[in-house]
Order: sequence, then C-alpha cells, then structure tokens
Amino acid sequence: MKLIAEQIVKRFGTHLILRNINFEVRSGSSLVITGANGSGKTTLVKILSNLIAPTRGRVIYQNEKGSIPRDHMYRFIGLVGPYLQLYQELTAQENLVFFARMREVSDYKNRIAFLMERLGLKGREKDPVKAYSSGMQQRLKYVCALLHEPEILFIDEPRSNLDQQGVDTVYEILSEQKKDKILVVATNDSEDLRLADQIIKVGN
Amino acid sequence: MKQTWLIFVKDIQQEFKTRYAINAILLFAVVTLSAVSFAIGTFTAGSQVLSALFWVILFFSSMSGLSHIFIREEESQTADTLKLVASPMHIYLGKFLFNLILLFALEIILVPLFIAVMNFKLGNFPLFLLTLFIGSFGMAGGGTMVAAIISKASSKGALFTVLAFPIILPVMITGISATKKATETTPIASAQNELQALFAFGVIIITASILLFDYVWNE
Repeated sequence: MKLIAEQIVKRFGTHLILRNINFEVRSGSSLVITGANGSGKTTLVKILSNLIAPTRGRVIYQNEKGSIPRDHMYRFIGLVGPYLQLYQELTAQENLVFFARMREVSDYKNRIAFLMERLGLKGREKDPVKAYSSGMQQRLKYVCALLHEPEILFIDEPRSNLDQQGVDTVYEILSEQKKDKILVVATNDSEDLRLADQIIKVGN
Repeated sequence: MKQTWLIFVKDIQQEFKTRYAINAILLFAVVTLSAVSFAIGTFTAGSQVLSALFWVILFFSSMSGLSHIFIREEESQTADTLKLVASPMHIYLGKFLFNLILLFALEIILVPLFIAVMNFKLGNFPLFLLTLFIGSFGMAGGGTMVAAIISKASSKGALFTVLAFPIILPVMITGISATKKATETTPIASAQNELQALFAFGVIIITASILLFDYVWNE
C-alpha cells in the first residue's frame, strides 16, 4: 500500500495554508507532520484522509491492484483526532458495534473486547460516551479507529488528553502499526518525532 | 444496502434516547392544529380550504424536525466520523429512511387529530392515504437533501424552511389537489394524474439527491 501526496495546495479564502506538499509513504513506514499551531497540520491530515478536498493537487491511495477510487478510500483509513467525535448519547458498545458493522469487521465482538481491554476500558462498555472523561473518550477513539485494522492510520495529536499509561499503550499500538502498515502522525510534540521515518514540517 | 440500514438503525437508537425530532414535529403539529382550529372558529371551511390547511400544517410540522438528522451530526461533530465509515449514497439513503419514518409517525398522529378537530370529511379514505404515502417520499427526499445543505450554514433553522419550500412546493400543490378529490366520493382513478405526478416527483428528487449528495456532503 502507498499513500502519495502530489502538489497539495490548500487555501481558505485568500489565506494560503499549504503550498506544494509532496511525499510518498509505503506500508511499513511512518510520516510525522509537524509545525507550529495554525500551521496546517490538521488541514493536511483532513486532506490526506479525504475529509476535505485540496484546492489543488491530489491524494492517491495505491495498492497492488492500482489506485483506489476516492469514494472507496474510507475503507482503508483509521483516524483519531480532536475534531472526530463519537455518538455521545449511545453507549461505548453501541458506538463500536455500529462502526464495526459499518466497516464489515468479522468477529467484531471479540475484536471490540480485545481492544477495550488493551486500551483499559474493559467493564465500561455499557456506559454512555457522554459519561466518559475526555481521556477515556480519547482511548475509545483509538478503539474505534483500530477496529478494522486499517491500512493507513492517521493520528492527530496522539497524546491528547491521555495519562502516562495511555500514552505508553498508544505508543505500543503505533509502533505495531508502522511495522507493516502506514502510520501518519500530526504533532507539535518533539517526543512524537521518534515515531517518524519521514518528517514533514508545514507552515512558513 | 446494509450500510444504509445500519445508519438508519443508529439514528433510530439516537432518537429513542433524545426524542428531539419526534417531540419537535408532534408538538408543532398539535400547536399549529390548535391555532388553526381556534382561528377558524365556527366558520365552516370548504374541502378545498381544509385540504390546503392539512398540507400546510403537515409541511411546517415536518420542517421543524426533518433538518435535525444532519444538524445533529454537524453540531455534535460526528459528521466527519460518519464520513470515515460510509459512502455518501448510503448516508443519504439512511437519513432519508429515518426522515420518511418520522414523517409517517407525524401523519399517524396528525391525520386522526385533523379529521376530528376540523371535522374533515373524506369520501375516499384510501385515496387520501395513498396520496399521503406517495407524497411522503418526495417530502422526505427533498427535506433530507436540503437538511444536508443547511447543516453547514450558521442560521440553520430559518434557512431550512425557506430553501425546502420551493423544492417541496410541487408535492404540496399536487397533494392538495389529490386530497380535495379524496373528500369527494370519487374513485382513485380520478386522481390518477396527481398520483403519477407525486410518484414521478418522488423518484426524481430521490435520484437527483443520490447523484448530487456527494457534492453537498463532501467539501
């Protein structure tokens, strides 16, 4: 699997956010996007994950069969970010079952149980998401993003709201992801740079 | 189709927990019906006026709830999460199905109340039900598309009714005409033109929405 960014440009009105971003990431490697606040890290993650369109340029997902059409890209993506929320009225289990079935995860009950235990949320499956603390919600977002073992995992601010134990678990997961799949991390924390095989600095 | 069904079931689950949309449309329908009833007073309205009043109440009541399906996703920041798990077509169809069921629920409450409160006499009840049934597809189809458009705007409530009105107007005009015929003891075939128009409108608006939804849903 390859993730290719070609000449990505993004403008909001007259404000130029991203100019000519080019890179290629292959399975088994990682990319860290770094830069100051407001430099366009989140915008680039949203463009790469097909949530917003670039003003110019294109994002290509390529596997052994060729380029993947834009409307099928979502099948290959897992994304954790502060702007992605889960359904607050539903319980964690209801959220996860919904996303797992949408992703056509086989044996989703065992997968959910495994990930909930790994992220330290076992026993809280039947609580509504709105009853979760911000740190627990962040852990739940990881569970949700990892359900279908995505080929490309995007993480925007990996440490956000997590305690030290949560950060350690997340680092383990991210290290596993980059062994045979693609990992893209957006961060302005210098410690996250140790996850990087490639680094892109955006802004200025 | 499985994804469409899952999105529909998820929306039903959310609605059962919050009851926002169903409460909004039912309360609006009851309040509007009461207001119209008091305004008319002892004046005996003809079948043409009553048919028009019924569709006006149905339109504005549905407008108070149909937009909620997309506004909820935008306001709770779950729209992007949904984009990551489903194609635009399945999202539109799931939301359309939810709005259609919501509209049927509204009609189940509104029809007997309207008949009882307004002394609305129907000569051909099956024709009236058929008109409502077919018309609901066009209303839900158009309403769902407009809801997706306005969910990204800042003044959502006001915009929804203003934008939905011209799109749903053909359903209202044809529905009023077919309902007027249903007040007489005429056969269903007498409203064949209206029923065909309602059906054609429903098919066109749903097909156009499926084709165009990708441009509305994705930036």
